[in-house]
Amino acid sequence: MPQEGKKVSGMEEARAARQRGWLVFWRRFSRNRLAVVGLFIVGLMFFTGIFAPWLAPYSYRETDLEAVEEMPSWKHPLGTDELGRDQLSRLIWGARTAIIIAPAATLVGLLLGLLMGALAGYIGGRVDGLIMRLADLLFAFPGLLFAILVAATIQPRVEAWLKSIGGLEGFVKAGYAQVLVVIIALSAVGWPGMARLVRGQILSLKEEQFVEAARALGASPWQIIWRHLLPNALAPVVVAVSMGMGGVILAEATLSFFGIGIRPPTPSWGSMIYDNYSFWRHPAAPVLLWAPGLVVASLVFAFNFLGDGLNEALRPGL
Amino acid sequence: MLVYIVRRLLWLPLLLLLVGLITFALGLYGPGDPVQVMLGPHANPEAVARVRYELGLDRPFFVQYVDYIWKALRGDLGESLQYRGQPVGRLIASPLWVSVQLNGVALALGLVVGIPLGVIAALRRNTWLDYLTVSGVVAGISLPTFVIAPIVMWFLAFRFRLLPTGGWEGVFSQRIIMPVIVLSTGPIAVFVRQTRASVLEVMGQDYVRTARAKGLRERMVIVRHVLRNALIPIFTIMGLMMGSLVTGTFVTETIFGIPGIGRLGVESFFSRDYPVIIALTLLVASSYTLVNLLVDTGYRFLDPRIRYE
Repeated sequence: MPQEGKKVSGMEEARAARQRGWLVFWRRFSRNRLAVVGLFIVGLMFFTGIFAPWLAPYSYRETDLEAVEEMPSWKHPLGTDELGRDQLSRLIWGARTAIIIAPAATLVGLLLGLLMGALAGYIGGRVDGLIMRLADLLFAFPGLLFAILVAATIQPRVEAWLKSIGGLEGFVKAGYAQVLVVIIALSAVGWPGMARLVRGQILSLKEEQFVEAARALGASPWQIIWRHLLPNALAPVVVAVSMGMGGVILAEATLSFFGIGIRPPTPSWGSMIYDNYSFWRHPAAPVLLWAPGLVVASLVFAFNFLGDGLNEALRPGL
Repeated sequence: MLVYIVRRLLWLPLLLLLVGLITFALGLYGPGDPVQVMLGPHANPEAVARVRYELGLDRPFFVQYVDYIWKALRGDLGESLQYRGQPVGRLIASPLWVSVQLNGVALALGLVVGIPLGVIAALRRNTWLDYLTVSGVVAGISLPTFVIAPIVMWFLAFRFRLLPTGGWEGVFSQRIIMPVIVLSTGPIAVFVRQTRASVLEVMGQDYVRTARAKGLRERMVIVRHVLRNALIPIFTIMGLMMGSLVTGTFVTETIFGIPGIGRLGVESFFSRDYPVIIALTLLVASSYTLVNLLVDTGYRFLDPRIRYE
């Protein structure tokens, strides 16, 4: 924090202080057991996503038409889908799609929200009015419908654009153009919330003395926003990011459920539910439908608890 | 106060103009030609051109938009492309009524179940009852509609064959049970969480201690002093909940085959029936704005401490 710089006498001491900070943070965070469980589940998702090729027993696109809609067995622990693809492998590969989309969409939404929120809060007046009305406008849209419309509109353009770059055909063929489309659509829906949050923070921080001191020392507006306001507004933003990631995973699954987000063979939990939906009466349905569903639910759950835990650890005053 | 309401109301038409503009643009630049969808993939190009001309789709963007607004102001929302010749207004009316009923029942159930559960959880804080309720809340918030729906369907309609799988026969038919269970899970969880949190907060206030100190019976303290103050935030939540209810309606109506605006929206989207999509978007946006204005102003009557600039 900018106003507490006086004690730092050497690099050693600064590093020790930083370590103590992390320790205090961890002690506070780990007091909330559910938050630790959340952190574990989120960690597991990233681990599974990164090491998917080594963890999955089969390929996510390998079909076996002699073993369609199978009940769980030793060969296929979670059964097979309507084209005989191994469900467990698709579930594992789905984690990779999720760990690309969730951080990316949240990050883009976060950057846009930070920029807009900081500008609105700091400059105020007309700029504030304009940005906040724009946020209101996007809020008034039914979120899902807006994401669907945006995704559908930009889909062919993004694909054409990627193909035109050259060398990216494989990327498009592997279905990652859709991933990009979903990321754009979800961050377009997500930034207004972040902007509102940041603006509120900045508005209350702007009146603090350390900001006045910085201005008196001749700091430029950008320096004040970047060095003094944003770092102090970070705690609630970190919490919102954690909760937002859960929201993005849910939104991606919902888009894919309508057949607009990620489409097979690219593995995505939402599209797995969508694909197996017409088989809901089948004896294997509980495994085929509930397995991806419960994975999505437990991640939303995990991100929410992680957010709660971060909230308690970062804002001990509350 | 009046100035505040008027200012918010003045913003509404502008908001609708912009929402309409964005949807219109997305529709025009979006994929798939509605006329092509309408006439099939092998239609001859001349026929396509003629239909485009008849529908006025060959005119410049702004001409179409201004024309649309001009007609909409006089209550004419255009004609559906999917159901040719059907005026959009009439096409939307009956699904709208179905959705309003369905969501109304779900919201009412959410209030009736959620508030008492929240109060009980708060009064029995840190007992197994509280823990059970709180875990239920977490599950209710985390489970997406499209996960709850097949589970409920599998048990009630398939495994135990208690209920028909879908369709709509009005509020008093057993067909409404499953969609309402699915739709109200989220609201119940949110109401329980909010009620529990605000009851706990109010219980710590001085006036509650005063009420107890003057020898009021516990039941009176809860009803007269705690509940009245604790329920104010619930009111705000109800306004914000509209957004998630609309999303839930899209999924639930599609799954259970209910002829409401959610299913109409999905259907129109896939047949690129833009007149219907735009009308639905405008409808949702204006009702969302109006409901939140209602909530913000109603708030003042519930809690006189609040002032507006």
